[in-house]
Amino acid sequence: MHLTRRSLLARSAALGCSLAASPLLTPVTFAAAPWDTRLVVIILRGGMDALDAVQPYGDPDYAGLRQSLAGGPGTGAADLDGFYALHPGLAPLLPLWRAGQLGFVQAVSTPYRDRRSHFDGQDLLEAGTAAPGQAEGGWLNRLLQLVPGVEARTAFAVGQDRMLLLEGAAPVAQWAPGAGLAMSPQAERLAGLLMEDDPLFHAALNGALELTRQDLSLGAGDSSGDEGEDMMMSMMTAPKGKVHQEVAAYAAQQLRGDTRIAAFSINGWDTHSRQAGALKNALGRLSETILALQNGLGPEAWGKTAVAAVTEFGRTARENGTGGTDHGTGGAMLLAGGAIRGGRVLGRWPGLAEADLYDRRDLMPTGDVRSPLAWLLHGLTGAGRSGLETAVFPGLEMGGDPGLLL
Amino acid sequence: MRFDGDLAEIRFGAGLSPRLPPPASAEEMLARLKRPDRAAQAFPLPDFDAAFQDTREFRRLRRARYKARGQAGYEAADDAFRAYRRARNREHRRWHGQRLLRHIHTSDGLRERLVLFWADHLSAQGKTGLYRVLAAPYAETVIRPHVAGRFEDMLIAAVTSPLMLHYLDQERSAGPGSRAAQRRKRISGLNENLAREVLELHTLGADGPYSQTDVRQLAELFTGLSVQGSDGFLFRPGMAEPGPEMVLGRTYGGGRPELEQVLAALRDLARHPATARHIAWKLAVHFTSDTPERALVDHLAARYLETGGALLPVYEALLEHPAAWAPGLGNVKPPFDFLASACRALAVPEAGIAGLKPGQIYRLLLAPLTPMGQRWEFPNGPDGWAEEDRAWITPQALAARLRWALAAPRQLLQALPDPREFAEAALGGYANERVRFAARAAETRSEGIGLILSSPAFQRR
Repeated sequence: MHLTRRSLLARSAALGCSLAASPLLTPVTFAAAPWDTRLVVIILRGGMDALDAVQPYGDPDYAGLRQSLAGGPGTGAADLDGFYALHPGLAPLLPLWRAGQLGFVQAVSTPYRDRRSHFDGQDLLEAGTAAPGQAEGGWLNRLLQLVPGVEARTAFAVGQDRMLLLEGAAPVAQWAPGAGLAMSPQAERLAGLLMEDDPLFHAALNGALELTRQDLSLGAGDSSGDEGEDMMMSMMTAPKGKVHQEVAAYAAQQLRGDTRIAAFSINGWDTHSRQAGALKNALGRLSETILALQNGLGPEAWGKTAVAAVTEFGRTARENGTGGTDHGTGGAMLLAGGAIRGGRVLGRWPGLAEADLYDRRDLMPTGDVRSPLAWLLHGLTGAGRSGLETAVFPGLEMGGDPGLLL
Repeated sequence: MRFDGDLAEIRFGAGLSPRLPPPASAEEMLARLKRPDRAAQAFPLPDFDAAFQDTREFRRLRRARYKARGQAGYEAADDAFRAYRRARNREHRRWHGQRLLRHIHTSDGLRERLVLFWADHLSAQGKTGLYRVLAAPYAETVIRPHVAGRFEDMLIAAVTSPLMLHYLDQERSAGPGSRAAQRRKRISGLNENLAREVLELHTLGADGPYSQTDVRQLAELFTGLSVQGSDGFLFRPGMAEPGPEMVLGRTYGGGRPELEQVLAALRDLARHPATARHIAWKLAVHFTSDTPERALVDHLAARYLETGGALLPVYEALLEHPAAWAPGLGNVKPPFDFLASACRALAVPEAGIAGLKPGQIYRLLLAPLTPMGQRWEFPNGPDGWAEEDRAWITPQALAARLRWALAAPRQLLQALPDPREFAEAALGGYANERVRFAARAAETRSEGIGLILSSPAFQRR
């Protein structure tokens, strides 16, 4: 079976970037998008600490595990349901919680165990398989291969990070806001002239200019000449600061159009030391991202939207000696959006007594993170259960419907 | 057939330079490969073992920091560790500058191209800690000395390199029946990763004549290939699976596990006809076209088999074949090659790169490769970078090339050349009417230079 793996990967690399060849660039009418709901998948790279994000303060063993990272309502966290409390970094999302548009699933993980490497953990999270090499590309791309009517813009990978979960044989679009071409009109004309007789370059240039125009209409600012060149230089390296909000606003803009699925990353979860500050920053970025999505989508589209934020693994139950936590196993996923039946923390709680921990150190995973994802895909796109359990997440048993969607 | 020096330098070399003449003949290109490696002497890089030694201090400082957790000395230990890591990262960026300087100043461009090709064919990367900066020393020690030698020697150097053993999980692979596995139940056991990739990627090729049983047997034969701390490669008989293994119908070992049994299997694999075919195909794709002429592939494979994998005669076969000199520029340069050949065409002086701060090297010459689709030294998998032109010229990646071409040159040079002259210097006989017109019509020098570098005529070879 692996004999075709490379050739398929090579093929998908080409197809995965086939926006340039899409009808987007020519003035034709689009077929209606294949479905009307919206899905945003956010990969939290680095391993989010589930026990600090959604604090199980009602568990009798919780307080003994965390010292500088003590949680619960007494430390400024908002009580959610008498058992869990929400980290202050997620406080901007409390209105969504009250409106039933924010929820969590605790103690979930991929089938990845023991090695606790970011590299392998993220690969498996995005591959959606039980072990490496069991399927081509990523699970979101395999979903696209399952449903009819998918076009180049149906799914959009946003930002500079590689998004393995969208790679594969189905066409997807990719763009990073701020990655555009700020050229003088003359330079733009000349670039067009230079590439006119080379179809590959010409199509890619037109795609870049088109995406740049959309970018600029979003408010990235117009510029040309010297100022433009400096701007372009500064954009050659990944910008920091508010880039997550730009990514979210860009994703929202696409989702208001023909795009139905968007995926991007938020980094900075690997909190080995001084987690109190580092996690607050990371959760703050996640909160701002979700609010930027809500704001950018507007009430109508937000009402049809589900956001799922997932991470490659959780972290150790015990705080370490440097005010942080180390790579663990069981983690948490966040769900948001107007289509979500929120206001609940789902997942079977395993307890935190030493014997309840995985390997006597990590939160024990009681559920497969792929299962809630599969139910989301089922509810949002109508993808059938058998396809989800064999093609999208091979070998997964979805189990009973957790009723994640309204 | 008249020898086209411009085409030779563009297609098989580092690109045209206004300072260095292109080669005068194919014989000269091959002769230079046999002579001492002047570019490496002029712009030295550390050898792998030296760079690998640094992992000892890195680990020592990391352990000291770990032990100091929650104690008074933690801040100092943390500072010491971070300072060391920063210093190594600065070194890593300086190495990148050295590699670019070789491309800019070499008269032996084919050698630089071959180092890139083979380092990609035997791609290895660090997953953790200080391993992450070792790709350049790996290319320096494992690949570079062998590019004009025999493939089997390069293959053996790669498969016994600590970076490869780490990347493809071989260092922790223990035979199920080994002493190590019996002593410690926690040992994860056999790992097939390296064995599979050696067959699929490095030697026979994905459509080669091997089965899952061969993969498994080779994985058992590979057990024992390991790493000793920061010292380097070590064969550990205690991790090796006892008993003989049969790979492609040949039996290896049986008595006491020894490294020589592994090396014998690698030599046999390196000389296999399927390997000859696979490597011929890859060379033809890399140097000529995504869809190379079958006659060229046959010619290369035949020479490889005749010489038992001696590489110089294979390059000779490549350069003597008419298909290698097909007129018109074909393959798209991958981002590193694009950036390096642009610096060469601009004749960026040695001080223009060696004088940069490590942060400037990163911002101007390393980080821009990522949005072009090439996160340098970290391809997506052990199969290395894509060869297909379409994989590189996407809207996002082309935009990144244009952005770099328009903005970076004036930060690398005191004064930009006249675009009209630059078009001739960068493209020689391949400066077409469109390029000349753009060079004349651009409103500023930097736009003119940027447009010439962005033209398909410069981006293809």
